[in-house]
Amino acid sequence: MSAPVLEGWFTLDAGAPQLLGSRCVACGTYYFPKLKTFCRNPDCAGEAFEEVPLSRTGKVWSFTNAVYQPPEPYVQVDKDAFVPFAIAAVELEKEKMIVLGQVVAGVGVESLKAGLEVELVLEPLSDGKLTWKWKPTGAAK
Amino acid sequence: MSTNKDIAILGVGMHPWGKWGKSFIDYGVVAARAALADSGVNWRDVQFVSGAATIRNGYPGQVAGATFAQALGWQGAQVNTSYAACASGSQALAAARSKILSGECEVALVIGSDTTPKGFLKPAPGDRPDDPDWVRFRLGITNPTYFALYARRRMEMYGDTQADFALVKVKNAEHGFNNVNARYRKKFTAEEVAASSIVADPLRLMDICAVSDGAAAIIVSSVEYAKKIGKANAPRIAAISTVTPTFASALVEMPDIATDSAIAVPAQSFRAALPRKAYEEAGISPSDISLAEVYDLSTALELDWIEDLQLCARGEAAQLVREGATKVGGRIPVNASGGLACFGEAVPAQALAQVCELTWQLRGQAGDRQVADAKVGITANQGLFGHGSSVIVKR
Repeated sequence: MSAPVLEGWFTLDAGAPQLLGSRCVACGTYYFPKLKTFCRNPDCAGEAFEEVPLSRTGKVWSFTNAVYQPPEPYVQVDKDAFVPFAIAAVELEKEKMIVLGQVVAGVGVESLKAGLEVELVLEPLSDGKLTWKWKPTGAAK
Repeated sequence: MSTNKDIAILGVGMHPWGKWGKSFIDYGVVAARAALADSGVNWRDVQFVSGAATIRNGYPGQVAGATFAQALGWQGAQVNTSYAACASGSQALAAARSKILSGECEVALVIGSDTTPKGFLKPAPGDRPDDPDWVRFRLGITNPTYFALYARRRMEMYGDTQADFALVKVKNAEHGFNNVNARYRKKFTAEEVAASSIVADPLRLMDICAVSDGAAAIIVSSVEYAKKIGKANAPRIAAISTVTPTFASALVEMPDIATDSAIAVPAQSFRAALPRKAYEEAGISPSDISLAEVYDLSTALELDWIEDLQLCARGEAAQLVREGATKVGGRIPVNASGGLACFGEAVPAQALAQVCELTWQLRGQAGDRQVADAKVGITANQGLFGHGSSVIVKR
C-alpha cells in the first residue's frame, strides 16, 4: 500500500479506515487533527489526551467541488490531466464535529445532498499519496 | 443613545482600489493626505499614528504605523501597529479609540494599505504538516471551498438558489458603478453572472471577490476636540467589536480541516457574535440600522452576514435581496459602496474602507449611491485565525 499524505492522521486499514483524533481525558472533547498539549475548552484545564479513532460514518453537512487545479502544495503530477473532484463537510454524530475531505473519484456534486450518509475510505491523491475520502453509502436521511 | 465612549470621525480618505504596481506606502500616503485634507487637521497636530500592517511587503508590513509616519514626515507622534488579518484596520481603530478615551491623545490617524500579488492566495513553500493552511491546500481545499460550502448549506437549508447569489452581484455592481474608489466599475446582468464559470460549485467566478491594492485612512478625535474645531456634528464611532470566537466553532473556518467538537460545550457562531457585541456596546439595536457594509468575500456570504447582523431572521436574507430591500433606495441597503465585489480585498485597508463609506453616507456625501437620511451604519468582517470586527458609526 502506498504512503499516506499525512503521517498518523488516519489508520491504513484498507477495509475500514478511520481518522485518528485525540480526546481530552478531562472533558471528553475530541480534536482532529490530534491535540496533545492543552485542552481548548475554556472551562477545562485538561492536559492529558488519548488517541482515538473517529467515527467512520457521518452525514453530509454541505459539499462543493474543485473545478480548477488547486495551487501548491497540492500536487498535480500531470498538469494536463487534472480531474475536478468533489469535497464534502461531514457531521460526525458521536464527536459532534464536522470534518472536511474529498469525495471519492467518480462522485460529483450532482450526487450529493445534505443529510446523505457517507463513510470514510482511502484513495490516492493525484500524486499517489493516500488520503481519506468520503463515499456515499445510502440515501439522504 | 449617546455615550461618553464615542469618538468623532473628522476626516476620511482612500487611494482608489486597483492593481497599480506601486508601493503600499505610496497608496497609504495618498489616503492619509486625503483624510487630513477632509478633516482640516494639520499633520503636525496628529498625536498618534495607528497603522494596520500588511503581511505582503517583507518585514511585517515594515511596521506599518511608523512607515506611514515617516512617509508623511516624522513629526514625533506616538505610534502603534496592529495586525489581525481582515480585522487589522478595526484593531488599529480600536487602538486609536483607547488612546483618545484614556486622554493620552486628542487626535489620531488610522491607516491601512496593501499591495497584493497576482493569482490565488497560497501558503508559504515547504513541507509543514503542522500548519493547517499547508494541510488544507495539500488536500486540495482552497479559499473558495469554504465560501462554497457555506453557500451550498444555504441552498440546502433555506432553498437559496444560484440566481439569488447572482442578484447580490448585480446589486453590488450597480452600487459600485459610480464609486471612484472602486476597482471594478461595470454593471452586470443576472444572465452575465450565470454565464461565468463555476469555480467551486455552486459559486461562479463572479460570485467570488478578487484581491486588490488599495489604502484607506481615517482621522479620529475626542468629541471635545471635534467641537473645538467646529465639527460638533461629525459622525461618531459608537462601537468597535473585535471579539474572538467562543469555543466550540459551529462552522469549519478557513484554514481548518474540521470544527471543534461540541461535546463539552455548545457550538457557537463567530460571525453572529461580532455584531452582537457591537450592538451591545453602542446601545443600538438592529432596527436602528440605516445601512450595512459587510465582507462579501462571496455573494452568498453577504446573505449570511445580513442574518448575522440580525437585519432579518435566519434564512430570510435571499428574500430581502429578491425584493430589492438591500439596494440603495430599499429598506436596508447593504454594501452601498459596491462591497468587495467592486473593490477586491486589500486586507489591512478593507475594514477602514467600510468605515469611510459609512462616514460619507452619514454626511450625505455619497453621490449616486447615497442612502437617504442615513443615521446609523454598521460594518462586519471576518478573516483568518479568529479575527473579525464590527464597527457602528452614527450621527
